[in-house]
Amino acid sequence: MAATETHAQYVMGETVRLLDGPLQALLHPALPLLVAGVVAALAPPRLRKALLVLAPLWGAWNLLGFTSGDLVSAELAGFELILLRVDKLAFLFALLFHLAALLAGIYALHSDDRMQQVAGLLYAGSAVGAVFAGDLLVLFFFWELLAITSVFLIWARRETASTRSGLRYLLVHIASGVLLLIGAALHWIEFGTLVFERMDLGSAASWVLLLAIGIKCCFPLLHTWLVDAYPAATELGTVYLASFTTKTAVYALARGYEGCEPLIWIGMAMAMFPIFYAVIENDLRRVLGYSMINQIGFMVCGVGLGAGLGVNGAVAHAFNDVIFKGLLFMSMGAVLLRTGRINGSELGGLYKTMPQTAGLCMVGAASISAFPLFSGFVSKSMVMTEAAHEGYVVVWLALLFASAGVFHHAGIKIPFFAFFAHDSGLRPKEAPLNMRVAMGIAALLCIAIGCFPNALYALLPYATDYHPYDTTHVVQQLQLLFFSALAFVTLMLTGIYPPELRSTNLDVDWFARRAAPRTLRVLAAVGGAIWYGVLAGLADVLKVVRSVVRWLHSPAGRLGEPWPTGTTVFWAATLLGLLLLFSYLGSAL
Amino acid sequence: MAAESVGQGLQQVALSTAFDVHFPALEVVLPLVAAPLCFLFRSRAFARILSAAVAWLTFGVALVLLQKVLAEGTVRYPLGGWAAPYGIEYRVTVAGAWVILVVSLVAALTLLFDSRGSASRLAPERRYLYYSAFLLCLAGLLGMAITGDLFNIFVFLEISSLSSYALIALGRDRRALMASYSYLIMGTIGGGFFMIGVGLLYQMTGTLNVEDMAQRLPAVLDTRTVLVGFAFLLVGLSIKLAVFPLHQWLPNAYTFAPPRVSAFLAGTATKVSYYVMAEVVFVLFGAHFVFTEIGLGAVLMPLSVAAMFVGSLAAIYQADLRRLLAYSSIGQLGYMTLGLSLANVEGLTSGLVHVFNHGVTKSGLFLVVACVGYRTGRTTVRSMAGLGTRMPATSLAFVIGGMSLIGVPGTAGFVSKWELIRGALAAERLWLAAVVLVSSLLAVVYVWRVVEMIYFGRPEGLESLGRDGEPVREAPFSMLLPTLILVAATVVFGLWSDPTLSVARSAAVELLGGAGG
Repeated sequence: MAATETHAQYVMGETVRLLDGPLQALLHPALPLLVAGVVAALAPPRLRKALLVLAPLWGAWNLLGFTSGDLVSAELAGFELILLRVDKLAFLFALLFHLAALLAGIYALHSDDRMQQVAGLLYAGSAVGAVFAGDLLVLFFFWELLAITSVFLIWARRETASTRSGLRYLLVHIASGVLLLIGAALHWIEFGTLVFERMDLGSAASWVLLLAIGIKCCFPLLHTWLVDAYPAATELGTVYLASFTTKTAVYALARGYEGCEPLIWIGMAMAMFPIFYAVIENDLRRVLGYSMINQIGFMVCGVGLGAGLGVNGAVAHAFNDVIFKGLLFMSMGAVLLRTGRINGSELGGLYKTMPQTAGLCMVGAASISAFPLFSGFVSKSMVMTEAAHEGYVVVWLALLFASAGVFHHAGIKIPFFAFFAHDSGLRPKEAPLNMRVAMGIAALLCIAIGCFPNALYALLPYATDYHPYDTTHVVQQLQLLFFSALAFVTLMLTGIYPPELRSTNLDVDWFARRAAPRTLRVLAAVGGAIWYGVLAGLADVLKVVRSVVRWLHSPAGRLGEPWPTGTTVFWAATLLGLLLLFSYLGSAL
Repeated sequence: MAAESVGQGLQQVALSTAFDVHFPALEVVLPLVAAPLCFLFRSRAFARILSAAVAWLTFGVALVLLQKVLAEGTVRYPLGGWAAPYGIEYRVTVAGAWVILVVSLVAALTLLFDSRGSASRLAPERRYLYYSAFLLCLAGLLGMAITGDLFNIFVFLEISSLSSYALIALGRDRRALMASYSYLIMGTIGGGFFMIGVGLLYQMTGTLNVEDMAQRLPAVLDTRTVLVGFAFLLVGLSIKLAVFPLHQWLPNAYTFAPPRVSAFLAGTATKVSYYVMAEVVFVLFGAHFVFTEIGLGAVLMPLSVAAMFVGSLAAIYQADLRRLLAYSSIGQLGYMTLGLSLANVEGLTSGLVHVFNHGVTKSGLFLVVACVGYRTGRTTVRSMAGLGTRMPATSLAFVIGGMSLIGVPGTAGFVSKWELIRGALAAERLWLAAVVLVSSLLAVVYVWRVVEMIYFGRPEGLESLGRDGEPVREAPFSMLLPTLILVAATVVFGLWSDPTLSVARSAAVELLGGAGG
């Protein structure tokens, strides 16, 4: 019991159940997925496909054996590592990740690509490991594993652009991991512990850790890796990528920085700025990428608003986002698979041959737009209600604007340009059955959660009696949506809506990817010219020095040739005179 | 003072009946007596054995003397029982014992070296003359370091100089005659200047004993006569020491002398002059007078730095190995005089430890060249081409000796250079330390030229054939042994520098604390 008490601090308000013996026939929750990933690496295609579906189910069954308060710790080189810490927050994310892994697994059944299947399973497993990590070192381990496993989903496209994109992605995430490790070290120095708990912003460790998490979480200016990498991955890879990395980061934020006010403003900025990019972006998966940053903005905002409704809203929205954003990515992946195109300007009219996909996509669009009776509505409104309740009027207005924007670019633009709009003449086949099944499950979940939110609410970290379906919420949201739709229709009919152009839109990563190299190139050219000049000058000087040295010291030179004795005698006399002069001056002074 | 000295001298003679009292005299008398014996017996074999035996004996005596000096302080020996300042006193200081140790060691090892072939101009049946001159030269050099009498120093200086002119003139190349003649002129001027200086000082103090003169000089230091005497002494010694720009007699002399003579003189002659200069500067006049009042540093330091660069740069361009080594010696002497001009313990220690370190290094390298010359018949840098495989031991010996010239850590050269840099830093002259390091890079260049030739050069045409048209082989053991001993010494005393450094340091402390300082 003593051990129980010492560990009570790690799991506030829960009954601690230490799992350090062969207490139960349970595996660490991350193990089923990781083991399946390793087995899949060696397994034949049929078994790999089975694993893709069965491993998440096995993992979920295993997961259900745990309850809040479970703890597994191990000692390594003097550090007590908390390998497993179960509480409601972690449990919810773990459940979500298994669900996402299952959906992506079903979605991936048509493919035979071993690299993607293995990477996907390991990636999901690392995400589960990360949310259960009780201390910063274990978190660091899974944090890096996330980066390393996920990059193969980008490289799996096997194109030069995606290879380079993947390298940039890896660079960013390794940097994030290094920052996390530095933060952990600072935390150890400052507090003498590595336990990952709520921190107050102020210590150096907290800022470094926030930066590490912020990179993965797509904080403004740190977000470019997402819109760079996600559209570069395979149709399948993007579905995996969209589910885990950013959500793990949201989990880490909720764990460590609950109620930190700066997060409200960061979240607000994140919800706002991607809208403009999303509206003008042509690549529909990149549109979804921006929309994703926008949705994470709501979550970050919710975390910043703090315990209770704020965090509940953030977590619930993360849960829903994985499903509806996964659904949207899956539908776009199906379009990409069948047509080979993903730019809005090259698509259109696909509803004729892909009606089911179109319909499922519209369910996702309705969810992300937070239509009542769809999942987005029941979680997004929590964050906005809390913002208004806490008196952040500006934030509330900004989130309102962001909601309208989401509807615009994700709710209307994605399905409209892909499946309707002008007829592109493309007549692709309907998506493969496994894809439709996966999308169907996701769509069902969207509607189910939208209609019966209490099941989700029961899983949230804080007890809630929130009721989304009151008159105010519904009416307000419908007004917003209808006026937003009106605006879209008006703009389209009057031709003001920015046309989908075959263009590349510049984000801040332009500075890193184009401006900086160009500037560097110019600087290098200028510097090179100067350096060359200096070198040439030095070479000339050296040449002169060399010829002087040769003239003086070579066997034919002044100092190198044997002197006539007279010369030496002359110098002896000179030296004598010099010494006499010195002695005379020295003694005279 | 005089009476006290008399008393001391008598006491020493009276109280100690042991034979080792006479060691200071024995050290000089042995080679001095052996030299005419060689002449009288007119046998080459006898002369060879006798000279080698005498050289080893002097080395043994030097070792005993050094131990005695270190244990008991300065050893005094009034010659013929005539006490100083009236008689000639042999006075062995730590520095003096240190220098005679180096001289006798180098002499013993070079005489051990089996100089085969017709290395000198002498007909084989007259080769005994060579040994006679060699022993005379040895006696002169040892005497300079032992005697405590200024005029006696001059006498020994002339004995060693005259015999070395003769030795150099024995070189097989006819240019040796010209080199010897040039050295004769310069050496005589040097000796003459020294004599003039001694005469002027004698005129002012009425004594020739160094210590006695040092006692009397302060009273007359401000007279022009003493100043002029000092200038003559110093310039005279500078010629013998080959201080830049009075160095030009040296390259030719070392290049054209018989191989063993080059090795012997390179390791000893200038070193003894260095000791005499240190004695004149620190004991006779005192560091205060020389460096503070006259400001000798302002003259000697730039000249030393110039020597470091001129010597090393000229060495880079030399085609002949012995000439290369000779110019390198001028650079290395620059390090020694630089240490002296710093006038602090570290600087003087580096100079005195370099007496040993450079002595064994340069003698070893000259012996290496003698081996190469014996097998290939040439002593050009080019003649080393491809020797790495055909004369592996000799080649390795050159590489190690070259590393010591550069001052690579682990070799003797590093010990001296490190001490010199410490001295420069102690004197708060950072730029000097930098200059020493930069000039060491020049040594890398001239050593590398040879090393590259040894290991990467390809002999062309007849170059692969040796002196007698035979393929070049490793040098015979009797040549290799002393060479390798000297080269090994550079490594041994590079790694185990405590004994050399501690002796040199106590010698430096003794000199700096000398009379008049």
